[in-house]
Amino acid sequence: MENYLIAMVTFAGIYGIMALGLNVIWGMAGMVNLGLVGFFAFGAYTTTLLTKDFGVPIGLGIAAAFVTTAIAGVVVALVTGRMRGDYLAIVTLGFSETVRITASNEIWLTNGTDGISGIPGPWRGEVSPETFNLIYLGIVAGFVLVVFLIMQRVRYAPLGRVLRGIRDDDQVVAVAGKNVIAIKAKAFALGAGVLGMAGAIYAHYTSYIAPDGFVPLITIYIVLSLTAGGTGSNLGAIVGAFLVVFFMESTRFLTAVVPGLEAVQQAALREFLIGASLIVILHLRPTGLFPERITRHEAPEPPASGAALKERSQP
Amino acid sequence: MFFELAQLVVNGLVAGTILAVPAIGFTAIYGVLRFPNFAVASHATIGAFAGYVANVNFGIPAWGAVAFAFLIAGLSGVLNDEFLLKPLRPTGPLTTAIASVALVIVLENVIRFFFGNDLRGYDLPIFRDWRIAEIRIGPQQVENIIIAIIAMAILFLFLTFTRMGKAMRAVADNPMLASIKGINADMVGRLVSFVGMGLAGLGGMLIGLDTSIDPLTGFRAILPIFAAAVVGGLGSIPGAVVGALTVGVGEELSIVVLGPEYRSVFGFLAILFVLLFRPRGLLGERAY
Repeated sequence: MENYLIAMVTFAGIYGIMALGLNVIWGMAGMVNLGLVGFFAFGAYTTTLLTKDFGVPIGLGIAAAFVTTAIAGVVVALVTGRMRGDYLAIVTLGFSETVRITASNEIWLTNGTDGISGIPGPWRGEVSPETFNLIYLGIVAGFVLVVFLIMQRVRYAPLGRVLRGIRDDDQVVAVAGKNVIAIKAKAFALGAGVLGMAGAIYAHYTSYIAPDGFVPLITIYIVLSLTAGGTGSNLGAIVGAFLVVFFMESTRFLTAVVPGLEAVQQAALREFLIGASLIVILHLRPTGLFPERITRHEAPEPPASGAALKERSQP
Repeated sequence: MFFELAQLVVNGLVAGTILAVPAIGFTAIYGVLRFPNFAVASHATIGAFAGYVANVNFGIPAWGAVAFAFLIAGLSGVLNDEFLLKPLRPTGPLTTAIASVALVIVLENVIRFFFGNDLRGYDLPIFRDWRIAEIRIGPQQVENIIIAIIAMAILFLFLTFTRMGKAMRAVADNPMLASIKGINADMVGRLVSFVGMGLAGLGGMLIGLDTSIDPLTGFRAILPIFAAAVVGGLGSIPGAVVGALTVGVGEELSIVVLGPEYRSVFGFLAILFVLLFRPRGLLGERAY
């Protein structure tokens, strides 16, 4: 039971990092990313190939996953930059499917649908599995904290303000002299990089990755996390991820007590509940647990009165 | 070599004609309701399974079972849109798109709950392929094409000559003007959900008639469907047909270059290519 709880908290942490990554893209900049599992997979495969086949240290592998996924994100953002968000929705979903199909078919590189096992983990094999899990929980917690602090910094930095401006009305931002496409690409790169990094952390934890692990359902988990926590809120992203993992795990027990269900029906029921709960939350509480607080500044006092203004405008 | 290429082009035209049906559904819904409704994927699956029940359990031949595919998927489309997606539309097209992805997961798992993950095949008479000057084509494929063309012809007549069809085009063209003229946008929205998801269901069954069906049938088709709609111009019905034929033939020809595994990646590449060089698609975004 202890091991189970530790594993679940670790997964919740990884989902939390992903939700933080999505929050920059969707919560702050208002760009939809329905293929985030593709970026997650991209990062996971990057570090796996580097650390397993070329013996690169794990830390460098994770960093490389961040960089390569961020580059992939820039490409996606630039291609769709000038278009409406609908296209971004379609292209990102297409991206994730393309990553999955490529991973399933380039057997020389990814071992196809069989997946890759034996991915190195820090001190794996040198310490007992229980200790490894504890160490990894600490590592994940560290990553969550660091990413959270960076994202908080971004949120309250000028960049964060511009991003929210783009989200609410990008024409106003453009008129204010900002290069909207470059800023959008920057946000998308940062978010995608964090998603890729989460993928790398996941790969080193589970030691096994396969295309089957990168299905669109993961995207729904993360969107659900962010929506439940509060789109735009970094704290909400993390809390939401924990709630989603808790909810998912409780459906595991819930479906087990319903009598007369086959294994495939139990799995179907669980996935059904995940999708349904996202729809329900969007209907009932679209702002989530931690709604974004927007500080509004009072408009400056109008100059004395209308009459005074008129007088002044006269020659 | 010539005949091999010709065979691929013929295969591509067959696949493209079938693909045009769900692509029209997707693009028509986009044209009127202004959001990408990902639930076409699960409605293609619903249609495929409704047709399966009609065909295998009730013994209706395939050309009759497609009517069930259309009706059941269309009804599901209207109900889901009315109760789940429509209330979200004021919050913006992207939130609605996200909800439609969640809906894909929900509906797919309803099918999985009742039918399981096994591959299922329709109950079809077996014929030998016809050979016309070295080019092979199956009688079932010809029947599928005829069904697809009839469905598109009916849609064309509906949009051109009926009052509701004209109202639908009017809302797609200019919703403000349409409402000034007294067209009930809610009614048109329901209609397009019915017709669009019905076509998705019909298309799902036609795809399944060629191979087999399982709960992921619709989802696997989603990249080519998007590609067809985006290549032709999102929201344009003739565009969806042109896009579907382009994607169908392109997928087949890409087999020569990329290998058969990457058929569906062609759709993604086509989307990127078109967005880079002709962002409004081949025929532009006008509905019709």
